[in-house]
Amino acid sequence: MKKTLLSLSNLTKQFDGKTVLDSLNLDIYDGEFITLLGPSGCGKTTLLRLMAGFEHADAGTITLSGEDLTGTPPEHRPLNTVFQHYALFPHMSVFDNVAYGLKMEKRPKEEIRERVEEALAMVQLQDYMRRKPHQLSGGQQQRVAIARAVVKRPRLLLLDEPLSALDYKLRRTMQVELKRLQRELGITFVFVTHDQEEALSMSDRVVVLKDGVVQQLGTPREVYERPANLFTARFVGETNFFPGEVESIHDGAITVDVFGLKRTLRRPDFPVREGQPLHVLLRPEDIRVLDPADEQGVAGKIVERNYKGSTLDSVIHLDDGTEVLASEFFDEDDPAFDYRLGEPVKVSWVDGWEWLLPEEADEPVHEDALTDA
Amino acid sequence: MPSITRQPFRTAVLVLVWGWLLFLVLAPNLLVVGASVMTRDPGTFISLPLNLDAYRQLFDPLYLEVFLHSLYMAAMTTLVCLLIGYPFAWALSKLGKQRQLLLIFLLIVPFWTNSLVRTYALKMLLATNGLINSALMGLGWIDEPLQMLYTEGAVIIGLVYLLLPFMILPLYSVFDDLRQELLLASHDLGAGRFATFIHVIVPLTLPGVLAGVMLVLLPAMGLFFVPDILGGSRNLLVGNVIKNQFLDARDWPFGAAASIVLTVTMAILMLAHRLSKQRIGEEGAG
Repeated sequence: MKKTLLSLSNLTKQFDGKTVLDSLNLDIYDGEFITLLGPSGCGKTTLLRLMAGFEHADAGTITLSGEDLTGTPPEHRPLNTVFQHYALFPHMSVFDNVAYGLKMEKRPKEEIRERVEEALAMVQLQDYMRRKPHQLSGGQQQRVAIARAVVKRPRLLLLDEPLSALDYKLRRTMQVELKRLQRELGITFVFVTHDQEEALSMSDRVVVLKDGVVQQLGTPREVYERPANLFTARFVGETNFFPGEVESIHDGAITVDVFGLKRTLRRPDFPVREGQPLHVLLRPEDIRVLDPADEQGVAGKIVERNYKGSTLDSVIHLDDGTEVLASEFFDEDDPAFDYRLGEPVKVSWVDGWEWLLPEEADEPVHEDALTDA
Repeated sequence: MPSITRQPFRTAVLVLVWGWLLFLVLAPNLLVVGASVMTRDPGTFISLPLNLDAYRQLFDPLYLEVFLHSLYMAAMTTLVCLLIGYPFAWALSKLGKQRQLLLIFLLIVPFWTNSLVRTYALKMLLATNGLINSALMGLGWIDEPLQMLYTEGAVIIGLVYLLLPFMILPLYSVFDDLRQELLLASHDLGAGRFATFIHVIVPLTLPGVLAGVMLVLLPAMGLFFVPDILGGSRNLLVGNVIKNQFLDARDWPFGAAASIVLTVTMAILMLAHRLSKQRIGEEGAG
C-alpha cells in the first residue's frame, strides 16, 4: 500500500452559484507524479488553487500527512507552485527570484547562496544568475520558475499548465526534464494539463475531471485502454465508437452484433442483458483494414489518407455512413504500403482489443461538443 | 532607403514635428536660458553683458528661504497626495472594470472647471465666515471661527486638491498592470502580506510613485495663483517669485534663472523615473 501524502475529502467550491468542484475526494501518494486532466472549465485549476491555498473551499478538508491544511494560508503550506505564466518577479535577478523563498525563511546568506546555485545548476541555468527575467527565453523562464519552487524543498510541487506557453519542440524537452527532476528530487508532483498526450506520457496516475467531478482515476494505461465512461474515452485519445447490441450471454463472454457482424467478446464488468445496446470502443491503432474480398469485416471505402511518418492514418466511410479512424504502422515488408482515395476496403479488429461501455443517459449528440479544449 | 522625394507625406510629417519642437520647445527654452545670463535693464528688460549674477542672486538668503519654504510646501503636498493616492489607486484597481471607469471619470470631471475658479471655491469653504466655520459654529463645536485661510495649511490643501488626480492616475496605471499571479507567487514562497508589500508591490509600483511625484512636486512649486488666493503674503511658491520677477519687479534674468532651476530639477526627476523603469525591465514597465 502506498503512503498518502495529501488527502482531499469532499472538496466543494462554487463561484457565483456555479459548482466548480462537487464534493471531490482524492488521495495523492507520496512521491508520485499525478496529473489532473480535463477540458477548460473542468475544475482542475481550481483544485490546484485550493491545494496551494489561493482559494478556500466552501466545504471539505485538505490534509497533508494527517495535518489539517484547510484553513492554512499559502505562505504556511509546505508546498510550492509553478505558475502557468511563470510569475517571475520582473524587478529581481534570476538569483533573487530563486532566493526569495529562502530569504522569507530567514536562512543564513551562505546557505541561501549554496542552495540557489544548486537549484539553478539542476535546471542548467547557473550561468544566468545575474540576468533579469525579461532577458531570458520562455523555456529559461520556465526553468527559473521550477528552480524557485523546488529550492524550498516542498513536500509537494503544484504545476499549473506549466508547459502550455512553450512551443511544441520545447514542450517535449521540458516534459522529459520535468520527469527527470521529479525522479531526482523525489518530490510529489501534481500537474495540471488539458493535453492528454502530455498527461499520458508523464504521469504515474491520471485524474480525468469533468464539471468538477472525477471521471476516472488510474494509470495512463488504464485510462487509455479501459476508459471508465464515454467522456474519458472521447477526451483521452481518438476513439471509434461502434454501436453494438448484446445477442447472447455466455460464461465470461457475450456475443455482440456490430454492423451485422456477430462477434464473441469478453464479458464486461458492468451488468449486461440480452438485447441491450452498448458501445464497442476501438482506438485507431486497433483497427485492421482488410482487403474488400475478405470474408470478415465491415465494408467501406477510404475517404482520407494522411502520411504521418511512422504511421499511415486513414478515414474510412462505412456503407452506413459511420466514420472510422484507422492508424496503421508501416511494415518493413511493404514500404510502399498506401491507399488511394475511394478504394474499397473492409474494417475489422482483433478480438479482445475492443473495450465495451454501456449506453449513458445524458449522452451528447455530437462528439464535437466535448472537444473544446 | 527610399528617397525623400518619393515620400512627401513622411517628409511633411517630419518637418512639422521637428518644426514644432524647434520653434515652440527649443527656441523658447533657449530664450529663457539666454535671458538668465544677461543683465537686467529697466528699459529693454535685458541687455548685455553676459553674467551669472541672476544665479548668484538665487543664493541670496531671502530667496533661498522662499525656495526652501516653497520646496517644503510642495514636498508636503506631494506626501499628502501620495498617502491619499496610493491606497486610493490600489483600491481602485481592485474594483470591477465598470466601477473603475466611473471613478476615473469622476476623478477627471473637476478638470472641466478652470482651476482658478475651483481655488476660489476652496476659499469660500476655508474663509473666516466661510462654509466650514459657519457649519462648525452652527453645530456649537467651536466658539470662534478657525483661522484656516491665509495659512500654510490652506496652500497645501489647495495644492493637494488641484494635483491629487495627477498622483492617482499614474499609480492606478501601475496597480492595474500589477499581475495578481506575482502576489500569489510571493505568498506561495512563504511571504506574508507585509513582506509581499515591501518586496513585490512597492518595487513594482515605484515607477508610478515617481511619475506621480514628478507630476505633483514640480507643479506644486509653480502654481502661483494658489498662494495668491489662499496663502497670504508669507506662503510663497517659487512660481510666485518667477511671476513677480517678470510682472512686478521686472527682473527678467532673475526670473529666468529661477525658472531654469525648476526645469533642471524636473529633468533630474525624469532621469530617476527612467532608471527605476529600466530596473524593473520590460515586463514590469509594459
